[in-house]
Amino acid sequence: MKTFKLGGVHPEENKISAAEAIEVLPLPAKVCIPVSQSLGAPSKVVVEKGAVVRTGQIIAKGESFISSNVHSSVSGKVTKIDDVIDTSGYKRQAVYIDVEGDEWEEGIDRSPEIIHDILPDRDTIIRKINEMGVVGLGGATFPSHVKLMVPDGKKAEYLLINGVECEPYLTSDHRLMLERGEEMIIGVKILMKALGVNKAFIGIEKNKQDAIVHLSVICSKHPGIEVVPLKVKYPQGGEKQLIKAVLNREVPSGKLPIEVGCVVNNVGTALAVYEAVQKNKPLIDRVVTVTGKSVAKPSNLLVRIGTPVSALVEFAGGLPEDAGKVISGGPMMGKALTSLDVPVVKGTSGILIMKGAESKRAAALNCIRCGRCITACPMGLEPVLLAQLSENQLFERAEKERIMDCIECGSCHYTCPAGRPLLDYLRLGKNKTGILIRNRGKK
Amino acid sequence: MNLLTVSGSPHVHTQQSVKSIMYGVVIALIPAIFVSLYFFGLDAARVIFISVAACLFFEWVIQKYLIKGPVTINDGSALVTGVLLAFNVPSNLPWWILVIGALVSIGIGKMSFGGLGKNPFNPALVGRVFLLISFPVQMTSWPLPKGLFGSGLTDAITGPTTLGVLKEGLNAGKTVQEIMASPDFPGYINDLLGAQGGSLGEISAIALLLGAVYMLSRKIITWHIPTAYIGSAVIFSGIFWLIDPSHYIDPAMHLLAGGMILGVFYMATDMVSSPMTPRGQIVFGIGAGLLTIMIRVWGAYPEGVSFAILIMNAFTPLINNAFKPKRFGEVVKNG
Repeated sequence: MKTFKLGGVHPEENKISAAEAIEVLPLPAKVCIPVSQSLGAPSKVVVEKGAVVRTGQIIAKGESFISSNVHSSVSGKVTKIDDVIDTSGYKRQAVYIDVEGDEWEEGIDRSPEIIHDILPDRDTIIRKINEMGVVGLGGATFPSHVKLMVPDGKKAEYLLINGVECEPYLTSDHRLMLERGEEMIIGVKILMKALGVNKAFIGIEKNKQDAIVHLSVICSKHPGIEVVPLKVKYPQGGEKQLIKAVLNREVPSGKLPIEVGCVVNNVGTALAVYEAVQKNKPLIDRVVTVTGKSVAKPSNLLVRIGTPVSALVEFAGGLPEDAGKVISGGPMMGKALTSLDVPVVKGTSGILIMKGAESKRAAALNCIRCGRCITACPMGLEPVLLAQLSENQLFERAEKERIMDCIECGSCHYTCPAGRPLLDYLRLGKNKTGILIRNRGKK
Repeated sequence: MNLLTVSGSPHVHTQQSVKSIMYGVVIALIPAIFVSLYFFGLDAARVIFISVAACLFFEWVIQKYLIKGPVTINDGSALVTGVLLAFNVPSNLPWWILVIGALVSIGIGKMSFGGLGKNPFNPALVGRVFLLISFPVQMTSWPLPKGLFGSGLTDAITGPTTLGVLKEGLNAGKTVQEIMASPDFPGYINDLLGAQGGSLGEISAIALLLGAVYMLSRKIITWHIPTAYIGSAVIFSGIFWLIDPSHYIDPAMHLLAGGMILGVFYMATDMVSSPMTPRGQIVFGIGAGLLTIMIRVWGAYPEGVSFAILIMNAFTPLINNAFKPKRFGEVVKNG
């Protein structure tokens, strides 16, 4: 069984919602759609207060190269354009819309029919993906069209599809692979065409045996696409770890996957690409897992972007009495929410409600120099040393020790028997070191 | 609605804690504790009790009245030091010497550097070596096993250890074969089971190995230090033995006699004072193995484990610096 070799941990899985079929969450009364939902430059709002919008209508335009469009996920009236505190905890500009009916933009194909024939024209594919605001749905929300435009001098050899879902609790990708496999594979073929590659691998961890079998059957009809079962190990969903696991290639420090001839896309992204290119459907909804040990009805929900998290929690049986922490994403990399009013965005893969007792951090004790953080680090760093350098503000030294290679997977903090908040220090250190590097560039 | 907790990721943590690691070591030591009780009777119980109680007491006093910081005597680390210190002394050691040993272990070995996690040397070994140098007579008069209620396996009250007999014999010009043929000599089987003179905890290799297997299976220790330590000791002593078997004992005897097994699995693997990376741990183990054999063969003392580990402890920061983990994506250096 393939896996990456360096580091990694195995947190308890708790895939409680794995057997729950995807349900469509009823339309909320109001949505709040942040206008910048991808990495890169902020997008520019193109609607005004009072405007009546339709589902799928563009409301913010990505104008830079690395930027993306945002569309209205509902039909109704724009009540205000104002800041909202999103899952990151920062204020973002957002469009508030009161929902009235569900009028869709013309040209969007909403029929259940699956369209198999693919446009041969690479540029049209990429243009459509760009127009429809498709971004990476694995969490990092990198604009998808940018990944498909391979820079001069580089060549894509393989497309890797990330169906790993190594975060404990999350099952949205798992359900997508089971329920929308056919369309997803067409999405994979579209991506292959856009990249000009003839080989794609879908990496799936062994704890999703049914998805491995299901997609393997579909892939047998599509030469060039292959399912690769992977050993269960966190953080295999990190693109560098996935490439290492599937192809045994190492992306050099500070470089992108294209350096070793790879482009990585999430399974949800492949489906969004299918919908964008074949159905003209912008990225206005996504599957979100709502789960937790004391959640009444753990679910996988198809949710319109901009829906408040509270509506999802309500659907899953409401906030449990003993809830202590609500996390956007998984327990390893997700962000703790300050409020349930925050909207679901393109990068929201799950809402995890943890019990009060589970949500408190243990007190940090002295480091006992056990070295477990070093063994657990999938990037081969020394978290204990980097945390120390960061604490003592020795950022030049931290840069030499390659603090910027940290992928913030949290394996070090997870594994620390003394409960030291290693990742907190590493994040701080990365931030300050980044400033140092950028200032040096200016001189 | 009750207030939500907000903290950075990750939001889940491993079950293993400092406490579970320390108590895991204590559990691993239980078979050896029973063997020492079986062979040395109530004397063993007395030594272990005094050592543990004194270590806990000094940790408490120092934390509460000298440092005036949080008291952490229930984290298990002082308990481990106490048991290990007891394991490193003869069963008839006077109580006040033990108390001094505990004070040196905890006070100098551990607390003077800032407590758990900051001590460069293994505290139990600091105490042991201090006692060995300060009270050489009491520390090297080894009572022979006498059974749980003093019925006695042999008539003698005290006798030298395997390595002691050897050193003495070799210094007197005898060959290894002559020494091993003498009735004083415990032999392989007794070394393995523990029916020999020696410190409390080093006499039974089997009981110690049982605990070592437990620690390995619970991932409290990894294989790196023990394998490197034993490997280098076997190879190095094997070279001597092959050159002249009449002057040098064979590697198996080196392993079974003295504190080798105790040192390899319970002291050299002390995570606080040993290197953090697997590669560094292998270097550490090799160094300790070489030093142990060098001291045993050429040194003034018959035993070399304690000194070897303490010397390697001093190299730990340098080893940590020199042996970095393998880095991901290191293939292109200046890209």
